[in-house]
Amino acid sequence: MPLPPNLFDSVDNPQPVAGGGLLDRRLFLRNSLTLGTMALVGQDVVASEFDRPAWMLKPGNPFSNYGQPSPHEKESIRWIAYNPATPGNGVSWTPLHTLAGTITPSGLHFERHHNGVPQIDPGQHRLLIHGLVKNPIFLGMDKLVRYPMVSRFCFIECGGNSNTGWHEEPTLATAGNLHGLVSCSEWTGVPLSIILEEAGIQPTARWLIAEGADAAAMNISIPLEKAMDDAFLAIYQNGEHIRPENGYPLRLLLPGWEGVTNVKWLRRLEVADQPAMSRNETAKYTELQPNGKARQFTFIMEAKSLITHPSPGHRLQSPGIYQISGLAWSGRGKVKKVEVSADGGKSWAEAELQEPVLSKSFTRFYIPWHWDGGKTVLKSRAWDETGAMQPEREKLILERGRNGYFHYNAQVAWLLDTEGRLSHVY
Amino acid sequence: MNQSNANNGQKRWHGKLAVFFASLCMTVALSDSSAAEGPRLGKPASPEEIAAWNLTVFPDGRGLPLGHGTAAEGKLVYQSHCIGCHGANGSGGSGDELAAAKHGLTDANPDKTIGTYWPYATTLFDFVRRSMPPDAPGTLGNDQLYAVSAYLLHLNGIITETAEMNNISLPKVEMPNREGFLYVDAPK
Repeated sequence: MPLPPNLFDSVDNPQPVAGGGLLDRRLFLRNSLTLGTMALVGQDVVASEFDRPAWMLKPGNPFSNYGQPSPHEKESIRWIAYNPATPGNGVSWTPLHTLAGTITPSGLHFERHHNGVPQIDPGQHRLLIHGLVKNPIFLGMDKLVRYPMVSRFCFIECGGNSNTGWHEEPTLATAGNLHGLVSCSEWTGVPLSIILEEAGIQPTARWLIAEGADAAAMNISIPLEKAMDDAFLAIYQNGEHIRPENGYPLRLLLPGWEGVTNVKWLRRLEVADQPAMSRNETAKYTELQPNGKARQFTFIMEAKSLITHPSPGHRLQSPGIYQISGLAWSGRGKVKKVEVSADGGKSWAEAELQEPVLSKSFTRFYIPWHWDGGKTVLKSRAWDETGAMQPEREKLILERGRNGYFHYNAQVAWLLDTEGRLSHVY
Repeated sequence: MNQSNANNGQKRWHGKLAVFFASLCMTVALSDSSAAEGPRLGKPASPEEIAAWNLTVFPDGRGLPLGHGTAAEGKLVYQSHCIGCHGANGSGGSGDELAAAKHGLTDANPDKTIGTYWPYATTLFDFVRRSMPPDAPGTLGNDQLYAVSAYLLHLNGIITETAEMNNISLPKVEMPNREGFLYVDAPK
């Protein structure tokens, strides 16, 4: 899809701040008035009755009970992959390359299901809290909505996101299909600590085993410390009840932690002295290292970023000034800094971070850039507030080998050719 | 509503605000040591209800039901319910490779089968009971579950064909990769 031709070619003839034509991150902000004027002139709109487009010549469509995207945005969809023998076991990717801002539309939030999307009647759904507690309890949805709630913007990222990065050769696909097992929503629900206080945790308790009401009865063990820290029981996503594919009517939310721990369709929480050693925390979601040992209970999603615009599937129409934009996030807290390179990593310039920069949430970054029409490689790298840096791919593979499958967070590179086309490279 | 009622309403509102701020201060004061109070609406769960809901099997065998089975019996269960996705002898299907590993864990293309990778035999029973087979989860009986667990352990050369798996013997099975895992973000 073409990016819009750029209107700002002649702005002050700006000087690059790094190789490949990267410009000062504040350039667009400083020149907003000039650009605004130029954009208006550039549009060259003359209002005349004879120029009315078709949609201005008759009444529009009627009201709708639930709005849908424009029919012109059919490419902004989740791509799906599953095992044909078990159609409920697979994933769908968020199209990161078609989206702007930091909030993923609920209908485009990535999916990872182990055996399909259960169609749950909220009137019959109950949460059981038991195990090492003084008072084992059931809570129906009618009761849960009466508890105090919190809202929080959080990304959720599948532990298997970006896993083709471990392959010897770069997989050719869009940014969304490579890295879109991550999405960001505003989640609203009840702090888990309130519920666990009510149940009364016994002194020997160390873990919490969460289980979903799907056909896989998917379960995961979580250290109690996280459960008592910032975990909550989400009921709403982006203002409405959570979509069925995202856990309706109740999902566990563990900010910054691996997607599989954010158990959907939550039905049971068992407080325990040890982990269950379930299949999805032993055989899967563990990372085999070159020495034959596997990393287990790797919960925190580390600092990561990628350029979403431009990215494979986009096409730059002509040389000139463009705005490079992308997403950064970290499960350890806030994104502190993002740098962009337009010369394959030889030089870097700091990108502007869109406010508000929120902890364990998507952060959008921008940097203006003058493309001279030549072949080059675009990259980004992120740091979080703990100082953790998104690694070079070579460094990550040196440390982890290539058989870990999960937790790939290396820097991402896009090759831009002289025709304005982009592709994935290492 | 006349003027005096409106004033009263405003006073009541101010009063509520004062209570609200007072409770805010209390929350702040308490936040170091305890979480916010909820309305305590939970309905007590009985031991019978908990037992009916609880699916967890721990590595030490807690949660395992009564029942028993051998590899010979399990082969029939496997051929009826598992072979379509997991292939003959636990290998070569569209589903996960369960047995017949050709490469070890330090090889370039390691095979992460039950025999080479899974650290606990109890996980096998737990996972098959909760999730398998995908087209009819929750339908295998306890004897079938023990039998198919025994069959998969036997396919991986871990137990003999005649060894009976039950709630006592299954947790005692020594898995080859028992010590193969390092906790990263959790206390050991």
